[in-house]
Amino acid sequence: MMTPSENQGFFDRPNTIKWILRVFYLLCVLLVVADFVVHRHIYTDVEKIPTFYALYGFVACVLLVLVAKVLRLWLMRSEDYYERVEDEHVD
Amino acid sequence: MWIEGIPPFLLFFVGALVTALLPSKWRIVLLLLPIWSGVNLFMTSTWAGSVTYSVAGFTLDLLHIDKLSLLFGYLFHIAAFLSLLYSLHVKDRLQQVAGLLYAGSALGAIFSGDLISVFIFWELLALTSACLIWARRQVASTSAAMRYLVYQILSGVLLLAGIVLLVQSDNDISVRALPLENLTSWLIFIAIGIKCAFPGLHSWLSDGYPNATATGTVFLSAFTTKVAVYLLARTFAGEAILVYIGAAMTCFPIFYAVIENDLRKVLAYSLINQLGFMVCGIGIGTSLALNGAVAHAFNDVIFKGLLFMTMGAVLMRVGHVKGSDLGGLYKSMPKTTLFCIIGAASISAFPLFSGFVSKSMVMAALIAQGHDYLWLMLLFASAGVFHHAGIKIPFFAFFAHDNGLRVREAPTNMLWAMGLASLACLAIGIYPALLYQLLPWDNQYQPYDITHTLTQLQLLFFSALAFVWLNKQGLYPPELRSVNLDVEWFYRKLIPSAAISIALRTQATKEWLMVLLRNQIKRLPVIQAERNASGAMLTRRMGFVFVAMVIIGALSDFVT
Repeated sequence: MMTPSENQGFFDRPNTIKWILRVFYLLCVLLVVADFVVHRHIYTDVEKIPTFYALYGFVACVLLVLVAKVLRLWLMRSEDYYERVEDEHVD
Repeated sequence: MWIEGIPPFLLFFVGALVTALLPSKWRIVLLLLPIWSGVNLFMTSTWAGSVTYSVAGFTLDLLHIDKLSLLFGYLFHIAAFLSLLYSLHVKDRLQQVAGLLYAGSALGAIFSGDLISVFIFWELLALTSACLIWARRQVASTSAAMRYLVYQILSGVLLLAGIVLLVQSDNDISVRALPLENLTSWLIFIAIGIKCAFPGLHSWLSDGYPNATATGTVFLSAFTTKVAVYLLARTFAGEAILVYIGAAMTCFPIFYAVIENDLRKVLAYSLINQLGFMVCGIGIGTSLALNGAVAHAFNDVIFKGLLFMTMGAVLMRVGHVKGSDLGGLYKSMPKTTLFCIIGAASISAFPLFSGFVSKSMVMAALIAQGHDYLWLMLLFASAGVFHHAGIKIPFFAFFAHDNGLRVREAPTNMLWAMGLASLACLAIGIYPALLYQLLPWDNQYQPYDITHTLTQLQLLFFSALAFVWLNKQGLYPPELRSVNLDVEWFYRKLIPSAAISIALRTQATKEWLMVLLRNQIKRLPVIQAERNASGAMLTRRMGFVFVAMVIIGALSDFVT
C-alpha cells in the first residue's frame, strides 16, 4: 500500500505548485523593477521602450502559441496519415 | 606516447574494425579510443606537416590542421566519447560499428584539405548514419532510412557535380572560399545546404532523426549538420544570402515544435532552429559572428546531444516519447529529469549555461552590422526556443499530469554520459574562456555584462510567464497524437498519390482504346479472297492501283 505522500509526488502537491509560482511571479516583478534601476546599454531604437525584453518575450510566446494553434487546423493529420502505425516496441 | 600526423579518422575506422570482431564484454575498452585520439590531437596540434596522397593526378590532403578544423576536431572527439559511453549497454554490433565509422567519417571530412576527400567522407557520413536509423528495425524506420539516404546521396551527387565543374575550370580542389556567382559554387552551396537543413531541404532531419534508435539519434545529432556548418564557414563565410536563410531557419521550426507530439521530433525541429543561428553567424561573416557560429556549434552538439540522451532514456524505459502519453516521470527518473533541465537551460541560453555565451555573440554581431529586423526575428526565435525546448520538453515528459508510468531510472552508463554532458554545459557557461581560447578568429567578446544578463533573463522569464498564463487560461494547445504536414508531404503524399492516379488513368485509357480498337476490327468486312474473289473485282482493284501509281509518278516528277 502506498501512503498518500508516496502516491502524490512533491511536484504534484497543490501547495508546492502554489509556492513555485509565487516565487516565479516575484522574480518576474523584480526583473521589471531592475529594468528601471539598472542602466542597460541601448544598441537599437526598440530597446528604448521600457522593459522591452520582458514585453517582447511575453508577446512573442503568446503569438507563437496562438499562431501554432491555427497552423494545427491546417497541418494536423492522424498518426497513420502516411502509413499504418505499427505497435512500437522498446529498443 | 603521442604520435604526430595520424589522421583521427584512421583510428576510428580501425576501432570500428576491432569492434566488429571484439567480444561484447570488452566493449568498454572502446572508450579509450576517442580519449586517446582526442588528447593526441591536442598534444600534436602544433604539428605543421601534412598527410597527402596522390591519386589520378589529384593531391588528397587528409590532415589539414588549423584552428577551425582543430575546434571541430576536439568537439567531435567529445561527441564521440559521450555517444559511445551513452550506448555502451547496447548489444547491437551494427550500431556500434556504424557509430564509430560515422564519427570517423565526420573527423575525416573536417580534416580534409581538398574537396575530393571531403566528398568521400561526405558519402561515408550518409551511409553510416543511415545504418543508425535502419538499426531500429521497424517498418517505419526502415522506410524513413531510405528517404533519409536519398536526400544524403542527392547532396553527395550535387557536391560531386560541383567538384567536377571546379576541376574543369581551374583544377584547384583545395577547400577554400568560393564566391557564390556561378553554377559550380551554387551546386556546392546546395549540397552543403541539404546537410545543413536549409528551409525546404530540411525534412530528412525532422523525418529521420526521430526514427533512429534511442542511442543512434545521439550520434546523428552531433555530426552531419555540424560538418555542414564547418564547410559552410570554410567556403561561404560572409555570403549575404546566408543571413536570411539562417533567420528563416531559426523561426519556422519553432511553430512545428510547439504542436509536435513526438518529443524527439520536437528536438529535431529545435536542432534546425539552432543551426539557423550558426548559418546566420556565418552569413554575417565578421570575426565576432564567425566565432559565435562555431562556438554555438560546439555548445549545440553538447546540449542538443544531452537533450536527445534524456529523451533516448525515456524512449528506452517507457517505449515511446509521445508528449500526449508521458508525464510525471520525475518520480521514476529523477536524475534524467535533472539532466534534462540542465540541457533545457543550456539550449534556452540561460546565463551560466553554455548556450548563453555563444548565442549572444551571434546576436551582438547582428546588431553591430545593423540588421535590426533580423535581430528581432532571432530574438523571437530565442524566446521560442525556451518555449518548446526549455519548457515543453521537460514539462510534458517529466512533470505535467502524472500518467501513472512507473519505470526504472536510466542505466548507469547513460546517466554518466548525461552527467558529463551536463557538466560540460555548466563549465562552459560559468567559465567561457574554456571555449573562447579555442575560437579561430580574434575574440575579445565579454558575454557577462549587466545588460546582456538582465535582458536575457527578462526575455526568458516573461516567455515562461506566457507559458504559465496560456496554461492557466486553457489556451495552451494540448499534446495530441498526430502528425503535422511538412515538406515531406510532397514526396510522401503528393507524388505517390499523383503517380497512382496517373497509373489508374493510363490503365483506364488503355482499356478504352482496346475496346475501341476491337469494335473497329469487328466492323471491318470479312474478305475471303481465295474463295469469292471474282475476276471483275480483281480487275477493279488493279485499276485503282494503276491510277494511284500514275499519280505518284507524276507528283514525284514535280518534286525532283
